[in-house]
Amino acid sequence: MNDIWAGIASAIRLILTADANLVEISLRSLQVTLSALAIACLIALPLGTFLAIQRFRFRRGVIAVLNALMGLPPVVVGLVVYILLSRAGPFGVLNLLFTPTAMVIAQVIIITPLIASITHQAMRDLWAEYHDLLISLNTGKLQRVATLIRDGRRSLMTAALAGFGRAIGEVGAIMIVGGNIEHHTRVLTTAIALETGRGDFALALGLGFVLIGLALGVNLLTHWLGRTEVEGRW
Amino acid sequence: MVSLFPLTLTEGLVRRRGRVIMGPVSLTVEGRGLTVLMGPNGAGKSTLLKALHGIERLSAGRLGHGCPSDQSHAAQAFVFQTPVVLRRSVAANLAYPLKLHGVGRAERARLIEDWSARIRLSDRLDQPAARLSGGERQKLATARALIRSPQLLFLDEPTANLDGRSTREIEDLLRAARDGGTRIVMATHDFAQARRLADDAWFMMNGRIVETGPSPQFFDTPTRSETRAFLRGDILE
Repeated sequence: MNDIWAGIASAIRLILTADANLVEISLRSLQVTLSALAIACLIALPLGTFLAIQRFRFRRGVIAVLNALMGLPPVVVGLVVYILLSRAGPFGVLNLLFTPTAMVIAQVIIITPLIASITHQAMRDLWAEYHDLLISLNTGKLQRVATLIRDGRRSLMTAALAGFGRAIGEVGAIMIVGGNIEHHTRVLTTAIALETGRGDFALALGLGFVLIGLALGVNLLTHWLGRTEVEGRW
Repeated sequence: MVSLFPLTLTEGLVRRRGRVIMGPVSLTVEGRGLTVLMGPNGAGKSTLLKALHGIERLSAGRLGHGCPSDQSHAAQAFVFQTPVVLRRSVAANLAYPLKLHGVGRAERARLIEDWSARIRLSDRLDQPAARLSGGERQKLATARALIRSPQLLFLDEPTANLDGRSTREIEDLLRAARDGGTRIVMATHDFAQARRLADDAWFMMNGRIVETGPSPQFFDTPTRSETRAFLRGDILE
């Protein structure tokens, strides 16, 4: 119990004093996660929307695979990315292993299926609503995708925030491909793992509370956006 | 502008899961007037309208237009029984088909102002269309269909479930469109509305058109027993 109080006190102290290390780690966490999120959204939002409106052979299979990939074990993703980026791997020449870029790549692989799957579900409902009208107006495929993405933007924001929540709390893959190097690839989750290993539970808890604060903030934002969608607010 | 007419459906047939939903139907739509399409539920009215509009794939038969097929769709519009409004503002809903067809900003603004006044939504242009009532949504959907002055407009029971005032406002829009040169084909269950609006009428049963005729003749002296029974209010199966 003392550790929890000490952790809370430590977290408050770290936040109030804007501890340089905490700020650096938090900013890196946000930088890696937001970069991964931006790339994943560029892939997943059009992909999920396309799957909602386009009928093609094996479409159900593709959707089933996409849904299954939501449960991709991050550690395995980390291992595969590690092998690909290691010096002996096919992309070793790029020297990306143990860099924030490698962490972004791993996170993109983890969250893209999640965002695409949520996008597909949201866009499927919207497409059912818009189908007759957009066909009647003789819209092209790109126009349909653009219309659905624009009008379903709040649902897509929810999908993106779900991806953010998953990425910001991820530890297994980025520990493997980032290496948790101080001032280079250390982020909140890997720092917590490190401090726990060192036995500094107070600091670990302090970092944990900061992470929880970020995750809660994201969830509250998601909830608020979902509410505005239901109420038809723009 | 190239004329869409005559629009011809030749031996058109729609089959779903092995069952014939509509057809074979052969008809020609010429350039002026308002046709009402009547018939009992399940007669195939909606399917015929969609087939004529080109959004229902024909299992057999052929749909032809007086203009090249790539231009035919741009000259038509469709209003559905349940109004589909985009999750956008009233103004953005009206602007949508104009943007799709590259209408310039100034012309768009003029048309939106004009049509929003006609449907009495000028003061609600910035509001989400989702907040409109059922009647207002249908008026918006009708205005959105008419805003590009289509040569041919299809409506599938546009006033079903609407109150008298909304029905009258939509009928006024349709009369004005017809007088402005838009050819209208409309399915309706409302006999009184059909009498008020129709220049001619088609009667459908079991997927086929069984009787057609100019309005007074169709309603006053129908030739087929099914049409007479339907107009009398008998239940047809």
